Amino acid sequence: MTDAVHRLENGGRIDRTQRLSFHFDGETMHGHPGDTLASALLANGVRLVGRSFKYHRPRGLMAAGGEEPNGLVRLRQGGRAEPNVRATEIILYDGLVAESQNRWPSLNFDLGAVNDRLSPLFPAGFYYKTFMWPASLWPTYEAVIRRMAGLGKAAESADPDRYEKQYAHCDVLVVGAGPAGLAAAHWAGRTGARVILADEGAELGGALLGNGQRIDGRPGMNWAAGIGAELARAENVRLLPRTIVAGYYDHNALTLLERVADHLLQPDQGQPRQRLWQVRAKQVVLATGALERPLVLANNDRPGVMGAGAVQTYINRYGVRPGRRAVLFTNNDSAYPAAMDLAKAGVAVAAVVELRAQAPLRYLPELEQLGIELLVDRAVLSVTGRKSVTGVQIGKLNEAGDGVVAGLERRIDCDLLCLSGGWTPSLHLLSQSGAGLQWDAAQGCFLPGPGRAAASQAVRVAGAANGDFGLQDCLTLGAEAGNAAANDAGHRRRGRGPRKPAADDAAAPLPPRPIWSIPGPGRNGGNNSGSNGGKAFVDFQSDVTAADLRLAAREGYRSIEHVKRYTTTGMGTDQGRTSNINALGIVAQALDVPVPQVGHTTFRPPFSPVTFGALAGGQVGPLLDPVRRTPMHGWHLAAGAVFEPVGQWQRPYYYPKAGEDMAAAVDRESLAARTSVGLMDATTLGKIDIQGPDAAEFLNRIYTNGWKGLAVGGCRYGLMLGEDGMIFDDGVTARLGQGHFHMTTTTGNAGHVLDWLESWLQTEWPELVVYCTSVTEQWAVAALCGPNARRLLAELCPDLDLSPAAFPYMTWQTAALPGVAGGLEARIFRIGFTGELSFEINVPAGHGPTLWQALMAAGEKYAITPFGTEAMHVLRAEVGFIIVGQETDGTTTPEDLGLGRMVSGKKDFLGKRSLSRSDSMRQDRPALVGLLTDDPGLRVPEGAQLIAGTNPAPPQRGQGHVTSSYHSPNLGRTFALAMLEGGHGRHGEAIHIAYDGRAVPATVTAPRFLDPVLEAPERAK
Amino acid sequence: MLLISCPWCGDRSEEEFSCGGEAHIVRPVTPQDMDDQAWGDYVFMRRNEKGVHFERWRHGNGCGRWFNVARSTVTHEILAIYQVGDDRPEVPE
Repeated sequence: MTDAVHRLENGGRIDRTQRLSFHFDGETMHGHPGDTLASALLANGVRLVGRSFKYHRPRGLMAAGGEEPNGLVRLRQGGRAEPNVRATEIILYDGLVAESQNRWPSLNFDLGAVNDRLSPLFPAGFYYKTFMWPASLWPTYEAVIRRMAGLGKAAESADPDRYEKQYAHCDVLVVGAGPAGLAAAHWAGRTGARVILADEGAELGGALLGNGQRIDGRPGMNWAAGIGAELARAENVRLLPRTIVAGYYDHNALTLLERVADHLLQPDQGQPRQRLWQVRAKQVVLATGALERPLVLANNDRPGVMGAGAVQTYINRYGVRPGRRAVLFTNNDSAYPAAMDLAKAGVAVAAVVELRAQAPLRYLPELEQLGIELLVDRAVLSVTGRKSVTGVQIGKLNEAGDGVVAGLERRIDCDLLCLSGGWTPSLHLLSQSGAGLQWDAAQGCFLPGPGRAAASQAVRVAGAANGDFGLQDCLTLGAEAGNAAANDAGHRRRGRGPRKPAADDAAAPLPPRPIWSIPGPGRNGGNNSGSNGGKAFVDFQSDVTAADLRLAAREGYRSIEHVKRYTTTGMGTDQGRTSNINALGIVAQALDVPVPQVGHTTFRPPFSPVTFGALAGGQVGPLLDPVRRTPMHGWHLAAGAVFEPVGQWQRPYYYPKAGEDMAAAVDRESLAARTSVGLMDATTLGKIDIQGPDAAEFLNRIYTNGWKGLAVGGCRYGLMLGEDGMIFDDGVTARLGQGHFHMTTTTGNAGHVLDWLESWLQTEWPELVVYCTSVTEQWAVAALCGPNARRLLAELCPDLDLSPAAFPYMTWQTAALPGVAGGLEARIFRIGFTGELSFEINVPAGHGPTLWQALMAAGEKYAITPFGTEAMHVLRAEVGFIIVGQETDGTTTPEDLGLGRMVSGKKDFLGKRSLSRSDSMRQDRPALVGLLTDDPGLRVPEGAQLIAGTNPAPPQRGQGHVTSSYHSPNLGRTFALAMLEGGHGRHGEAIHIAYDGRAVPATVTAPRFLDPVLEAPERAK
Repeated sequence: MLLISCPWCGDRSEEEFSCGGEAHIVRPVTPQDMDDQAWGDYVFMRRNEKGVHFERWRHGNGCGRWFNVARSTVTHEILAIYQVGDDRPEVPE
């Protein structure tokens, strides 16, 4: 198959002077620039392109555009492989590699095809009926089903290509560059409005590129090229070819997927493969066209059954002869031009089978001239052939169209059957916008109707999408829509508009005869089984037949939304573009109600699949989420620290020495901080500068304890509650001046706390004069901790009196550090999170590394030990200090933690009233306790449940859970914190900790394991 | 994706804002005098309108200011934008 045997000598928009080679299922073939993979496959005589989803029936190409249900392939290889791409949308390039899907071992011989013979076992809903029991076997069933039924396989390795996102604003977004869209963009552009014109095709022109219609006396595709050239020159117009508008969201926000480099072997240097556009348009014109429906009849899925419009496109645009001998079967006018194009391309046209009682007179003379037989008021009842069409069987239907009058009349041999079941306006995007649709019985389709979004979405529909199927209407109404949209966006044309284009054939088509399902040739007129003519497919991609839909109706399904999910009709990647209307018609008929009463399913974005690559854009790998590093990060890195992400921050977790594992490093660090001196980077703690005459009053309302009495120079620990009385954050706040405070928050909660403060200041207490500013990143903080902390600090600030009397616990001072950066001024807080003597030294962020190095150098004689977050957790838990979000979970009150003394009885504060609600006062609320396992070497996992007995087997009523669990070198054993029902009164009680099928005995204790002598536990004042 | 007109910054995309829920809920002046039911209503109970909803929004990734919005929960149309503390504006149902 090296020669393109089905290629026409002349015509089409392909460049025959260049040959492109490509590979399909390992076979090398050739095409030309201008081809799609689909047109090139057809030109090479490839009929069989895939196996169907459920029955593995052989399938060929049916369409020429985005509505193609069968021709899904896996495109490219390795990390660039993309499954489920429509061959009709793949622009051919030299070296293209594609393979068919859902077949094994090969496309031509597929073992799964046995499903077709076993089809009585697979009716609608067969999953639910067959695989109900035993439930334990479902994973086995699922594995088999997944292998047998399905689409393509995803790439096995990472995608090497780049994707990007772009935001844009415009006055008028025109979707679709067919005749209506081009006219709309042309007229809108002439007003000076900023216009974006997006079309899924590589070339502008839409249907004009394929249907041979003429405008102003020349081929329509030439007119389109002329308008396209003018638009390309206009500075206010942006053309986006190869771009699918995938989603239409509120307030005219639309998402577009531009296939920037999918038509190349690989993207050029610096070029993204795809670009996701997010466009905010003042006005939208949807010129999304219409899609041709197939007719539902027995074996209508055989390779060689195609849309009449698709066949025209293959001939006129791609110069491909899609068969040798054709029959056309239609219920509307559009098959006639297709029949003539086929004849002119050298295809023998055996017959046009017209379902209506009257054929359109204007085509008859030319039909006769070409010698094409016309069979009026007849139907194709079934198709013969398996891997390719071999013929059709013809009969006459009764008036209602639900039965055959006289059985088979004759058989016609052919290898191509062109179906035209009428046109479905493509209104997915309009429906997504919130607009309603209304049924048009004459046209047999939904048209734009009134809907909820009429008021808030500025959208117009033009051309075939609006039910205006005639070319002249598309041109005239498209131009009007474009002009009006620009006017509504505030742009008016000066002078006369462009010349109005005139279609050569201005006649509007006659209405179709909607027969949703053609009865089979068998006795019952049904099309259920092979003996009765074969399966009549409605949804080709999901393998749903007319019989499946009727079965669903018989089984009691009434809502189309339920029928959809039960039968899976319309649930493929094509979103039922060719099947939805036929499915509705068949269900309405089966239920004996009018179509509008059945309604239509909801259209949801995306209109066409959008790759994860495009959705992620540049936010992959290290750019997935911003990373925050402290000024001392470089030192930690050089010291070999292992890092822990805390929110977006990277914090040192521990600093392993050679040969040390995590447990050994954490033990060493925890021990050093209580025996000599440790140093921790505390920069990430949230810091908020609070200023204003009402600052103290404000803190009084925010925190549970009182703040008015705090002297300048003092610090105080505070708890913040939500209005529900539950702990929200905690931290130490220092009074820098009469109306000036320095608040610290937990690392992960800093942003939320600032939002919280702002919301109360702005919305509830605007009379308070208070200003809050985040200063987290303005200060670097080194926390010095341990019995030698004072001696070490004294060396750095010789002029500061560090004696306990002059610099007591819970105060702060400023001091110059003569040896650091030439006398750096620091804020030193005598506060800590370990119960040990501690100083937190704050310097302007840029000086952090200098300070850190000075402390490390001066501390050498005390064997100063940098410690990470894990040692910090051990140290704070030893003295029973809680971590918000670890001991608390949004249902924890101060009393639950034994911090009831932190709650002021004198003043009101946020959440206070909730603390006296009956539920907050329950005696059996979970409360903070300590736990010591009987086995001092056993460290229980955090999250383990506390139970009464020794039997860990479920069902069990848990009485609480472990919140923190560590090994402590200072205690010489393990210990844990837990929340236990009624825990305050249960110290000393024996209990069991259940995990991994074990029940470990332990004793409940007070949540405090150490009492360091140097710092009194007075923070709870 | 709503287009919200911040009173200080102008038209911005919804992703710059966060919604703070129902507006015009005034914090009681003397919570300690309220029974559990009344306090619970204040803390937990919110309207769930089908139609016009008066709600608080904050331009968090912008000027940081709070303001009030009247929005139709059916069409997502924004009917009015007004200052915190102002009365509910008259809007068409």
